[in-house]
Amino acid sequence: MDEIRDGMNRIDCDILVIGGGTAGPMAALKAKARNPGANVVLLEKANVKRSGAISMGMDGLNNAVIPGHATPEQYVKEITIANDGIVDQAPVYRYAQNCYDIIQELDRFGIRFQKDKNGEYDVKKVHHIGTYVLPMPNGETVKKALYRQLRKARINISNRYMATRLLTGEGRIAGAICVNTRSAEFLVIRAKAVILCLGAAGRLGLPASGYLYGTYENATNSGDGYALAYHAGAGLANLECYQINPLIKDYNGPACAYVAGPFGAYTANAKGERFIECDYWSGQMMQEFYDELVSGNGPVYLKLNHLAPETIGEIEDILHKVERPTRGTFQAGRGTDYRQKMIEMHISEIGFCSGHSASGVFVDEDARTTVTGLYAAGDMASVPHNYMLGAFTNGAVAGEHAGDWIRDVDHAAIDEGAIEAERRRVLAPTLREDGIPPNQIEYKTRRMVNDYLQPPKVTSKMELAQERFAEIREDLSSGMLVRNSHELLRSLEASSILDCADMAAAASLFRTESRWGLYHNRVEFEGRDNENWFCHTLLTRGRDGMPTLRKQPVAPYVVEIDDTEKDAYYRQRVGSNALKTVAAE
Amino acid sequence: MPLAQTVTAVPVVVDDAKCIADKGCTVCVDVCPLDVLRIAETLDGRKTAYMAYDECWYCMPCEADCPTGAVKVNLPYLLK
Ligand SMILES: Cc1cc2nc3c(=O)[nH]c(=O)nc-3n(C[C@H](O)[C@H](O)[C@H](O)COP(=O)(O)OP(=O)(O)OC[C@H]3O[C@@H](n4cnc5c(N)ncnc54)[C@H](O)[C@@H]3O)c2cc1C
Ligand code: SF4
Ligand code: SF4
Repeated sequence: MDEIRDGMNRIDCDILVIGGGTAGPMAALKAKARNPGANVVLLEKANVKRSGAISMGMDGLNNAVIPGHATPEQYVKEITIANDGIVDQAPVYRYAQNCYDIIQELDRFGIRFQKDKNGEYDVKKVHHIGTYVLPMPNGETVKKALYRQLRKARINISNRYMATRLLTGEGRIAGAICVNTRSAEFLVIRAKAVILCLGAAGRLGLPASGYLYGTYENATNSGDGYALAYHAGAGLANLECYQINPLIKDYNGPACAYVAGPFGAYTANAKGERFIECDYWSGQMMQEFYDELVSGNGPVYLKLNHLAPETIGEIEDILHKVERPTRGTFQAGRGTDYRQKMIEMHISEIGFCSGHSASGVFVDEDARTTVTGLYAAGDMASVPHNYMLGAFTNGAVAGEHAGDWIRDVDHAAIDEGAIEAERRRVLAPTLREDGIPPNQIEYKTRRMVNDYLQPPKVTSKMELAQERFAEIREDLSSGMLVRNSHELLRSLEASSILDCADMAAAASLFRTESRWGLYHNRVEFEGRDNENWFCHTLLTRGRDGMPTLRKQPVAPYVVEIDDTEKDAYYRQRVGSNALKTVAAE
Repeated sequence: MPLAQTVTAVPVVVDDAKCIADKGCTVCVDVCPLDVLRIAETLDGRKTAYMAYDECWYCMPCEADCPTGAVKVNLPYLLK
């Protein structure tokens, strides 16, 4: 079983989309629609039928900009405020303008969205300011609907291939090196354009349960996209702005206030009292959540038990069937009946994910990274608070742009030396007689991430993390042992995870201020320092092979924000007032 | 460093009486995002799917897509 076979195949295509979860299928479809003559390959580590965050479906659209309920300008404003102003608005604006068309397109694919009695979209308010959440009554059909479209458009799908490094040449993208996760055979793909859609870095921190795969994110998403971009020389933005989410304790999935909130549920402390006015996930909200958790009022709960039994039945029907169906199994095992008990919550491990936070491979409004011909979309690209609709919409933007762009270019020359070097790197652990298995390398990396990188962030702890990561890197490169192709997959993931850990430490040390609430709460640098740090941080791979950072200005705003609105997200605590935030600065 | 065999209780259970891997079914193995299911031979020479690696996101495609209802996803012990 899973034996390691020697082999190397090569193919050429026009556009290579890596990652067939959410953004990837849409990117492939749009690239093909824009340029029907193009040969589009969709490469996936798992199986496109059931891969990615939306593997089983989704409960709703968390960021739908629907005419009559919100304008693109209002949305851009809300996202800018929620992200402490450190936002290039152009890509957010592009998203906000395009996403309604994508909703209608998804509707044509057979994915329905909730409508009210008058046939209008039934949008709910969850955000602090505007109204953007749209339930999906048949949310379990998303993957099937996408797959039908991919087959219809004759997209070439390659399942069970993991991309391990990108190829560049002539100063632009040239393709990718991939490994079959069941046979360890190599596949070298030359491409004129590559679209990265590999999802979040979901296996960065270790969940409190200690179970490596008990993550918030689909555990397939081990941060390979960030590592690919990094090694190809692309810039990554604001990686210190971690993702940390409020989740069902131990189960580590959403509780979920976005679904239950509009029915009247809310986040409460152990006394059953509301302490935040808004359940929309942001760094500021997470700081309040954390403060309550560690105060005498903790733990924190999602409270539903005051609602009518029929309402709770309706909520259960959504929460236990679609997005994370094992939520029901978990609650039953714990004896939590929503009618009686509140749902105990906790904060998640750290990760990178623009789906919910703001960091990622830097992209402009055309989804272009800083490497020519290389695009990125979805959770791994830097457009903040993207969620599922952002993955679809920006995947479409990338696909369409790439579809046009490849018309005038040829394949870049590839460096055979790079392919041979990658083959040696990948296979090295298979040549040893004994050593350390990938799961132990991964566990140790992620435990150190928890011990030293989790906010509140402390300089000396983060420096210790870097020392430990360097030791693990040495173990990984000279002592890791792999016995079959499945372990090889895990070993390559362990390497991405370690790269992400180093990036998280370096980016967090660079920004010497606190920002984004809990996400970048640096104990020694209290409050925001707008004079020095109202900017992005851009991380690239330095000459020594380690992360190097620089500041990058925030692009001039498209939508102006009034001074009185800028701190709205800092006024979430029940009974808070504006003065408190001003004093902190 | 030499290796040891450490046991672990896996969350996903396949009812081999219901599994039709013998007839060529590999649906659960194909759809699993973490790629942790495999087909094995039972003692009486038949074939059945089983969980080969304890690396599960308790996401459910294996259970939802199995044509005979042979798969049951439980929660990993560490977090249940
Ligand atoms: C539990 C949960 C609940 C959520 N609920 C909602 C919600 O209700 N509403 C909402 O709008 N958003 C929700 N989100 C967010 C939303 O699902 C994501 O933002 C979005 O789906 C991300 O899309 P993506 O394409 O970036 O990543 P994914 O859909 O995760 O796809 C990434 C793909 O890349 C593949 N891959 C990874 N590494 C490699 C590699 N090396 N080589 C090849 N392929 C690779 C993976 O297998 C995967 O298929 C939720 C997310 C989670 C995790
Ligand atoms: S629950 Fe998900 S990860 Fe676990 S075996 Fe089934 S498909 Fe695979
Ligand atoms: S899907 Fe069901 S029947 Fe098919 S191999 Fe898996 S367990 Fe057996």
